[in-house]
Amino acid sequence: MPAHDVLIIGAGLAGQRAALAAAKTGATVAILSKVHPVRSHSVAAAGGINAAINPVDDWRSHAYDTIKGSDFLGDQDAIEIMCREAPAEVMWLEHAGVTFHRNEKGEMDLRAFGGASMKRTAYVADITGQALLHVLYEQLMKYHEVIDRFEEWFVTSLIVNDNGECVGAVAREIRSGRMETFNAKSVILASGGAGQCFQPTTNALICTGDGIAQAYQAGAPLMDMEMIQYHPTTLAENGFLITEGARGEGAHLLNSEGERFMEKYAPNKMELASRDVVSRAEQTEILEGRGVGPDKQGIYLDITVVPRKRTLEALREIVNIGKDFAGVDITREPIIIQPGMHYIMGGVKTDVNGATPLPGLYAAGEVACVSVHGGNRLGANSLLDTLIFGRRSGEHAAARALDMKMPNASDEQLNKDSAMIAEILGRPKTGRRVSEIKLELGETMNRYAAVYRDEAGLQSAHEIVRRLKEEAKTAYVDDKGAVFNQDVLGAIELDYMLDCSETIVMASLERKESRGAQFRTDYPDRNDAEWLKHIDVSRNGGDTPTISYSEVTITDWQPEARTY
Amino acid sequence: MAEFKLKIRRYDPQSGAAPYWDEHTVELEPHRSVLEGILQARNEKDGSIGVRCSCRAAICGSCGVRVNGKPGLACHTHLDDALASAGEDGVIEVEPMGNMPIIKDLIVDMDAVHWKKIQRVTPWLIGKEPVPEREYIVSRESMIDVTQSMACIQCGACVSDCLSMEVDPLFIGPAALAKTYRFVGDPRDAAHEQRLKDLGEDKHGIYDCTHCFKCIEACPKGVAPMNQIMRLRRIAGNDFHIKDRNNGERHEMAFVKNIEKNGILHEADLLPDSYGGKFHPRAVPELISSLPIVMTALLRRKMTPAKALLHPHRAPDGVKKIYEIVEGRDERNEFNLYISGTDADNEPNPEVAAAAEVAEPAAVAPDGSEGSSA
Ligand SMILES: Cc1cc2nc3c(=O)[nH]c(=O)nc-3n(C[C@H](O)[C@H](O)[C@H](O)COP(=O)(O)OP(=O)(O)OC[C@H]3O[C@@H](n4cnc5c(N)ncnc54)[C@H](O)[C@@H]3O)c2cc1C
Ligand code: SF4
Ligand code: SF4
Ligand code: FES
Repeated sequence: MPAHDVLIIGAGLAGQRAALAAAKTGATVAILSKVHPVRSHSVAAAGGINAAINPVDDWRSHAYDTIKGSDFLGDQDAIEIMCREAPAEVMWLEHAGVTFHRNEKGEMDLRAFGGASMKRTAYVADITGQALLHVLYEQLMKYHEVIDRFEEWFVTSLIVNDNGECVGAVAREIRSGRMETFNAKSVILASGGAGQCFQPTTNALICTGDGIAQAYQAGAPLMDMEMIQYHPTTLAENGFLITEGARGEGAHLLNSEGERFMEKYAPNKMELASRDVVSRAEQTEILEGRGVGPDKQGIYLDITVVPRKRTLEALREIVNIGKDFAGVDITREPIIIQPGMHYIMGGVKTDVNGATPLPGLYAAGEVACVSVHGGNRLGANSLLDTLIFGRRSGEHAAARALDMKMPNASDEQLNKDSAMIAEILGRPKTGRRVSEIKLELGETMNRYAAVYRDEAGLQSAHEIVRRLKEEAKTAYVDDKGAVFNQDVLGAIELDYMLDCSETIVMASLERKESRGAQFRTDYPDRNDAEWLKHIDVSRNGGDTPTISYSEVTITDWQPEARTY
Repeated sequence: MAEFKLKIRRYDPQSGAAPYWDEHTVELEPHRSVLEGILQARNEKDGSIGVRCSCRAAICGSCGVRVNGKPGLACHTHLDDALASAGEDGVIEVEPMGNMPIIKDLIVDMDAVHWKKIQRVTPWLIGKEPVPEREYIVSRESMIDVTQSMACIQCGACVSDCLSMEVDPLFIGPAALAKTYRFVGDPRDAAHEQRLKDLGEDKHGIYDCTHCFKCIEACPKGVAPMNQIMRLRRIAGNDFHIKDRNNGERHEMAFVKNIEKNGILHEADLLPDSYGGKFHPRAVPELISSLPIVMTALLRRKMTPAKALLHPHRAPDGVKKIYEIVEGRDERNEFNLYISGTDADNEPNPEVAAAAEVAEPAAVAPDGSEGSSA
């Protein structure tokens, strides 16, 4: 049984950053990922990463923008840490080799992003996530002697011992089907988001909420699960993301009358208001009949107002996306977009060092909820979140490990998981197909837990999710083999998605106000008196989710009305 | 909606049986991708079809396959395009990539080949000392320039059909060498010379590529690995006097000198100037993309390689002027391919535009007749 001081689950930006930080302290490190690390979804991040590196900028301004963006649900102690440490982190990345775009003087260039009071987004064309992820992976290759990589290993469960501590994880080597218990002193979950609970989504097929569900099953609480970000510009055609960088570069949003309608909703920031604000504005235009496209469900994004040379240089990836996936030359004509599910602000609850309330378990990145994003994440703050809290959890998990002996981990969980897989493989062909259930789940969530929500819709979503949970128990798979059995992994992922969806719907039902990404048409106002608090969901050892609340940490910034 | 027939190459290592073809009919809009076709078959009919995929948007690099014998990304190949290149039976063939062992169905062992080669090229920045407190100050162009090789998503499509690798499996290959340019082109890296020496002396290194263009054709991200390899060779030869094992540098200089002398390419001169055997007209696009930017500006104005090859001229003054400008520069300007593929509207550099203006009348053969009479 492999044993390490620190075991990291997930090799996106958060996981790789955690591994490098933990290894730097001298700890032994293993990093596991169900896909090759550079395939992780961080690769898709296009726009950039925020940091107050401009000498005339101030991290406090970044912090304030983040807090306002979060609709005052973000924890201000965590936000302060993130924004204060951001410049040094971005410089660390630059020194590691990230090819950040420069200005004429050879310094790092910055672009404008939504919800920000000045240009503070560093970028690499529009492949920022890819550039960061590949450079971190270069570092993993550099430190291959001190960081053990387990690539294409699928974690099925966390291991919790009798003292209630997390002491490792069970994983399946995808190419052989072999199950293995990984023993560790500290475990860091960095397994990303859960966008696949929604259809369509900007998220990749692998974003199935595995870590969120695994932590939840192991007894760790989830927080802010109702906060689901709809991105204002996703391709109407297939849900692909058009980066906010486009609006940062000056692109306009137009309705069927050709109006730049953001004038009505955010006269100061216009297209660059917070994402929740812009998505709602678009949805309102669509609902009031001013949508565009064949079924009037879209909005025009007009990039032709950006100088063509600049578009080709700084937005090349979306030029390609327009051309390859929508047949549109975005430098010459507007493209049809709509709000689409993009990011989950909630996740496994952690403190500012990444520690969850479950001893030995840490979490960082999209799987975690610190909470720096609160009700709404600002663009280009997520990459920052993954790196800052990835590094911090790596350091703290390693420090914890230095002080202790290797705890015992038995094969009990491995045996359970092997039995679970055997049971899935043995299911008769009478149930529904996994893909069918997944599609129904995604469409349900996208209908009822989207930009606008209400009690009745959320209740139906809850009923459907619970029915799907039952149906998933008999969903059958065709592949009975051991080698690269993606079919059986799909069935396991479906269970994770159902757990995530259930907690999302429950938390959305619970929050009887409108704040950030949660807009309840039956409770259209923000209600600080009753709801300036986090909603936590946990299983507490049982099978059904229970709800509790926790305080929002406020340091210097008192809640105020939010206008852009 | 339209119907498409997909023939997927299947292989189950546990069955003991040989690989076989498995046909499925899918219904999708024609501009949807081959990957969506495969996933429809997998979701609706047979969940055991093995294919790596994640982003569906040509960014994660998971879904490298061969479609009708050509390597590429399944998610980046439209069904209608695939149909157009299919055989007479109108069936789209999807197979695993080549040059790598097959694990199952469309899934190949990238670790055994691709990633091993990447690890071979010391794939991390060796930063110049002292490390600055803030960012390294480097030119804007240099960072945009390496972004082209940074755009590589490690999909392996170029490795799949690399001709040299078929002959010499130890060849370090297009992707890993493109990755090398990412460091050699990066002014922050302190080890340009060591890197080039290392890969120049390795007989499976930068001089082992045979200019077959397959990697350029295969690459879905415009990385153009062969061009990066040629740039590595150029820097190795010009800046570090590393000896070319295969005479490639002389071959390239022959192109440059030939044009300086004739105004456009004169094949008859080129062959003796260079050396026989390896020259092929297809090498012309390489010339176009590897010469300094002013040359391309000139060539792009209407001149086709075929005309250039068939109709030699004496070098007009404009061309000479361009050579003077370029050779008079302190710094060599590498043609930045990352942007240049689509920069039709970029304002031209006035100095260069003026020179190209002078060059144009003589260099362009409007209908070919002028050329033959010259
Ligand atoms: C299209 C798009 C564009 C974006 N653009 C930006 C942007 O410009 N700026 C910004 O700040 N943010 C952006 N974001 C958000 C940001 O990219 C993500 O939130 C962030 O990258 C998440 O990183 P992560 O490390 O937490 O997770 P991921 O990168 O998703 O990595 C998750 C890792 O966990 C592994 N894993 C998951 N489950 C298992 C399991 N069961 N067993 C083993 N391993 C597992 C995966 O293999 C993967 O390695 C964008 C998001 C999308 C979808
Ligand atoms: S051009 Fe060179 S590197 Fe590219 S495929 Fe051909 S032989 Fe391989
Ligand atoms: S160079 Fe192009 S084809 Fe080769 S691995 Fe990179 S992206 Fe793929
Ligand atoms: S699925 Fe990501 S590149 Fe094709």
